[in-house]
Amino acid sequence: MNKILIIIQREYLSRVKKKSFLLLTFLTPILIAGVYAFMIWMMMKDDTEKRTIGVINESELVTPVQSKDFTTFEYLENTSFEDAKKMLDNKYYALLKIPKDVLESQSAELFSLKQVTIEVKSEVGSQIRDYIETIKRSKIIAEANMPDLEQKLAATKTPISVKTIKFGDDGEIKQSSTEIAMGLGFAMGFIIYMFILMYGVQVMRGVIEEKSNRIIEVIISSVKPFQLMMGKIVGVAMVGLTQFLMWIILSGAIIMIGSAIFLPGLDASSIQQASSISQLPSAGQSMDQAQLNMMQEVLGTFDLNYILSILGGFIFFFLAGYLLYSALFAAVGSAVDNETETQQFMIPITIPLMIALYMAMAVIKNPEGSLAFWGSIIPFTSPIIMLVRIPFGVPLWELLLSMGLLVGSFIFMTWIAAKIYRTGILMYGKKVSYKEIWKWLRYNR
Amino acid sequence: MAFFEAKNIVKQYAGHTALKDVSISVPEGSIFGLLGPNGAGKTTLIRIINQITGPDSGEIFFNGEPLKPEHVHQIGYLPEERGLYKKMKVGEQSIYLAQLKGMSKKDATAKLQMWFKKFEILEWWDKKVEELSKGMAQKIQFVTTILHEPKLLIFDEPFSGFDPINANLLKSEILKLRDNGSTIIFSTHNMGSVEEICDHIALIHKSEKILDGSFEDIKKEYRTNTYNISFTGELEKIKANLPKDVEILEHKSGKEFESLKLKLNNGISSNQLLSQLLPHVEIIAFNEIIPSMNDIFIRVVNEKNLSIDME
Repeated sequence: MNKILIIIQREYLSRVKKKSFLLLTFLTPILIAGVYAFMIWMMMKDDTEKRTIGVINESELVTPVQSKDFTTFEYLENTSFEDAKKMLDNKYYALLKIPKDVLESQSAELFSLKQVTIEVKSEVGSQIRDYIETIKRSKIIAEANMPDLEQKLAATKTPISVKTIKFGDDGEIKQSSTEIAMGLGFAMGFIIYMFILMYGVQVMRGVIEEKSNRIIEVIISSVKPFQLMMGKIVGVAMVGLTQFLMWIILSGAIIMIGSAIFLPGLDASSIQQASSISQLPSAGQSMDQAQLNMMQEVLGTFDLNYILSILGGFIFFFLAGYLLYSALFAAVGSAVDNETETQQFMIPITIPLMIALYMAMAVIKNPEGSLAFWGSIIPFTSPIIMLVRIPFGVPLWELLLSMGLLVGSFIFMTWIAAKIYRTGILMYGKKVSYKEIWKWLRYNR
Repeated sequence: MAFFEAKNIVKQYAGHTALKDVSISVPEGSIFGLLGPNGAGKTTLIRIINQITGPDSGEIFFNGEPLKPEHVHQIGYLPEERGLYKKMKVGEQSIYLAQLKGMSKKDATAKLQMWFKKFEILEWWDKKVEELSKGMAQKIQFVTTILHEPKLLIFDEPFSGFDPINANLLKSEILKLRDNGSTIIFSTHNMGSVEEICDHIALIHKSEKILDGSFEDIKKEYRTNTYNISFTGELEKIKANLPKDVEILEHKSGKEFESLKLKLNNGISSNQLLSQLLPHVEIIAFNEIIPSMNDIFIRVVNEKNLSIDME
């Protein structure tokens, strides 16, 4: 067997068999799914606590708030505020005081012993507002003395939904969702950032481990330092891909199982059905038009080609970006004796990554601008920025240019890093400076 | 016939010269001692032999052919800075290292089990290295160094870190390997530790080779004609009857007997000395004081007017 394959095998297996890897791989999707499930549950859960609120109405309005669902309003006539206050907590959840000048001041007060929930607060606010609005409107309608004014005003309310439709390269019309592209783009960019950093640091740790274990000299008397470095980099990359694929498979499985259990009616085919019958006016009963539009957009966005192009883009830019950075991480690992010394060399490596992440936030808003263009062409930021852009669609020549430059620069960086690495791994107990590393670069073996 | 030869090796690092025109020739089936203080350039030379670094100029021959990358499979190297992956299991790790030396997995496993049985360490097979003591790890290291039956073995400071029992085990295994035809290079700054087993030596000092040859020849060349004599009787009688070219360097008196360190000058032989003294005192022991490699090293350095800075 080729020696580099033996090294890749060891680097891969020794990491994949670790407990921390298994834990991270299996728990992360479960954790994410759990957090989502919790959030959805929280949002769907109705507030079923019964509350009674005492109302001290000093204004001329007649019953401006009315009991609804679980909140009951009791109007306290002839009761002073002081007396009412004593009934807080055992009888009343809160006291609502509507002042005399509510029409002018446009404010009311809610007294309570505990923090009032957001639902109660907004319920009270919207009821008073609606009441006052209605009064004002009927007054204007009466003054205007126009027949059917109320109906005419009501008819001016127009909900607008903007469908985004993109012309594909082949002139075919595609419905796509900008929101989804934004979310997807940023998520992908962020995952790439995380993966490059996480696995780059793993490469660096591996190199430091071999150096501080003193096993390095035994190994490089059998293989070339370059073989060892590449073996490690490739092995760790495969660990990263394994983890990523496991996450996709596991989250897919969890979503499928979860939706089958908790949302039995909602699977892909029923959504499709819903969208196909949306033309029939009767369907509008169950689902309003805006929701249907959104679903159509989601479905239009997620066709197979789109998913494959994103997945393919992710794998390519993760690998190429990782190769570019991990070679540098390996060089840093070789130059130091332990992890605490890595700081000064890590900064110049992590800064381009951080910049790329901040750029990504701007690029999401304008994926065709010049920042987006240059960010996705320059190799040190392109893995992240290009991934952000891919969900929006990128011209083929830009994609090819970016890929070509990235591949070229990782080959160049690996060559540079290998030069530092092969000298660095044999240097013990020496404080290394940039000047020293510059010297190593010019050694010819 | 020389199994391994290095001719006129020069190696420069930025700022200093690590090897200045060094040549060594290692006869087949011998134990070759590469001696010198720390920082003399021994490790650099060894790294060049292992092709970890290359020389700036000079030629290297392995078994008659110029040194090639494939030769690493025929070299076993126990470096001074040695260690193992702490988190890896002993068996797995040994197989990995053997595979890197070009052995097949099956072959490596069988040979490893043989050696582990011999050293009575088979029960460590599934243990992680971090669970072992330093001495145990050293044994494993030794086994992985010789497992692929290399024709040339290189040991850099082999006895450092070994306890006396394991050091002796190591020594006897190394002698067995030599008897089975391996050629061995020993490198150490502790010259006393290897003189009893080296057939040939080279002394390296400040990047230069200052002396080499067979151990016997060097000892002969640097003999000082000093002898130790132990006797019972009167010291005055000896003093009165000493031949005139013999000088007393040192006198020690013990409970049972007295002893003298004598230097024989101007070609006087030990027999002549003994025949003069025999009638007067009872001689218990008489032996030549052979200079240690350490003494020889210091003498050579002094003769060549080089400065010494040994640890």
